[in-house]
Amino acid sequence: MNATPVLRVQNVRKRFGDHVALDGISLDVHEGEVVTVIGPSGSGKSTLVRCVHQLEGIDGGAMYLDGELLGHESHRGHLRPLPDRRVAAQRGRMGMVFQQFNLFAHWSVLRNLTEAQVAVHGRTPERAREEALRLLERVGLAGKADAHPRQLSGGQQQRVAIARALATDPRIMLFDEPTSALDPELVDEVLGVVRALAAGGMTMIIVTHEMAFAREVADRCVFMEHGRVVETGTPEEIFDRPSSPRLRAFLSRFSQERVAEGEAASEPEKELEKGNAR
Amino acid sequence: MSSPAVDVADARPRVRPLRWLAGAVLLVLAAQLAWFLVTNPRFEWPVVADYLLDPNILAGLGMSLLLTVVAMALGSGLGVLLAAGRLSGFKPLAWACGVYVAVFRGIPPLVQLIFWFNLGYLLPRISLGVPFGPTFASWPTNAVISSLTAAILGLTLHEAAYMAEIVRAGLLAVDGGQRDAARAMGFTARQSFVKVVLPQAMRVIIPPTGSQFISLLKGTSLVSVIAMADLLYSVQVIYNRTYQIVPLLIVACAWYLAVVTVLSVGQRRLERHFGKGQR
Repeated sequence: MNATPVLRVQNVRKRFGDHVALDGISLDVHEGEVVTVIGPSGSGKSTLVRCVHQLEGIDGGAMYLDGELLGHESHRGHLRPLPDRRVAAQRGRMGMVFQQFNLFAHWSVLRNLTEAQVAVHGRTPERAREEALRLLERVGLAGKADAHPRQLSGGQQQRVAIARALATDPRIMLFDEPTSALDPELVDEVLGVVRALAAGGMTMIIVTHEMAFAREVADRCVFMEHGRVVETGTPEEIFDRPSSPRLRAFLSRFSQERVAEGEAASEPEKELEKGNAR
Repeated sequence: MSSPAVDVADARPRVRPLRWLAGAVLLVLAAQLAWFLVTNPRFEWPVVADYLLDPNILAGLGMSLLLTVVAMALGSGLGVLLAAGRLSGFKPLAWACGVYVAVFRGIPPLVQLIFWFNLGYLLPRISLGVPFGPTFASWPTNAVISSLTAAILGLTLHEAAYMAEIVRAGLLAVDGGQRDAARAMGFTARQSFVKVVLPQAMRVIIPPTGSQFISLLKGTSLVSVIAMADLLYSVQVIYNRTYQIVPLLIVACAWYLAVVTVLSVGQRRLERHFGKGQR
């Protein structure tokens, strides 16, 4: 693939005080590609997508969306930060799905989907409404347009959040552990929506702890640890032939704890699990 | 254990002698108070009735309400700006807003009112122009600062300091994820604030603002010291002439209580309105 990648991340560094969160991350994501990011807690996976979306500023390196530098512009030979309005416009070209859904609690589901279309992308309210209803149907929540977020289950809220991010026709979708805050029996409905998006050719970065899903949906898989990309490759390379000892250790931990539950998610086992959790 | 069926629905209420005693005490106190109010001639109830709807007193009441509404509106607007300033990432601005709140919350409103009223002594002329440069226009301070402007200025600046703290608490109570989501949707900082953060902060801001409105209404009585014709001042003007101090103070009390009661009902309505959509 020689075309300009949708997203290019180049040697990005980010620290919080003394803690180095990202230690020189580079990653290209091409049109239609689905990249899943796995790794232990604190490895910087979430920080990576938050930095790409410019919710966190980066300390070094560069990021490009469709070849356009994110967050800065060059001016008389120097780089300087973009004004807020331009950064907001760049964010508006990406879609973000959060672990905690973060639906706007004071608006109906419909308004959650229409507001940015109208206020950021200048669509007419009618067009925005049409688009919103179409997307709600696509995520299986056609009847919920007038509901308030608090009236929905976690899985439904997350599906609304996905629809909200899709409403503005993003060039790339970023998922920050979209199922980590969900009850186990609600995970599948959300993964189903993401799977359908992948099949539809959406460009995506998905940070997840669902190993079976990370393998199944990915074109390419990235393993991160201590703010670095340790290994990257096809799902088969990562999961079947891990070359670094750290990835092997990580996967063996998961095969004991998690992969069993994710892959063989038969109903009785899930019930058992819920029983144990109590 | 299957003898005659036990059903707690047949139980009789418990005997509670202390409640009976407390009830009796309250009854006696209420009777005593009523007796005092009715039999003490110095209340001069007919005088109260005469003055309750007196045009001068109604004008005073109108002025008190006007001052409350104007100072509250200006104070809230300024308070929102101050709160946003205090939470700004630009430190000098945050610091300046903090200093404002500390100063104007720290000086008693009565002192501020007298101070603003006497501004002419400190600053004989108020002028408009380039700082340290040419002046375009100027007015004698005593022509600009009447008792009305001094009253509005004093009450507004004081109110703004309190509102800034209330609004700031409300803004901090909004979950950080809401701000993230707003930015993620491509809203600018101002759009996020106006569309997402402030409306959700209202749930936390409204209840203390209602109390603030009520204390401001009562606080307007302070402007009587700078000869502003509010409710208390109108009452004082009359009793200074007729010496019917108690009945006229009762007229003032009755109006303050009536307005506060109406405001409390309004506050409850607002709380219900802004509480929707929240857990």
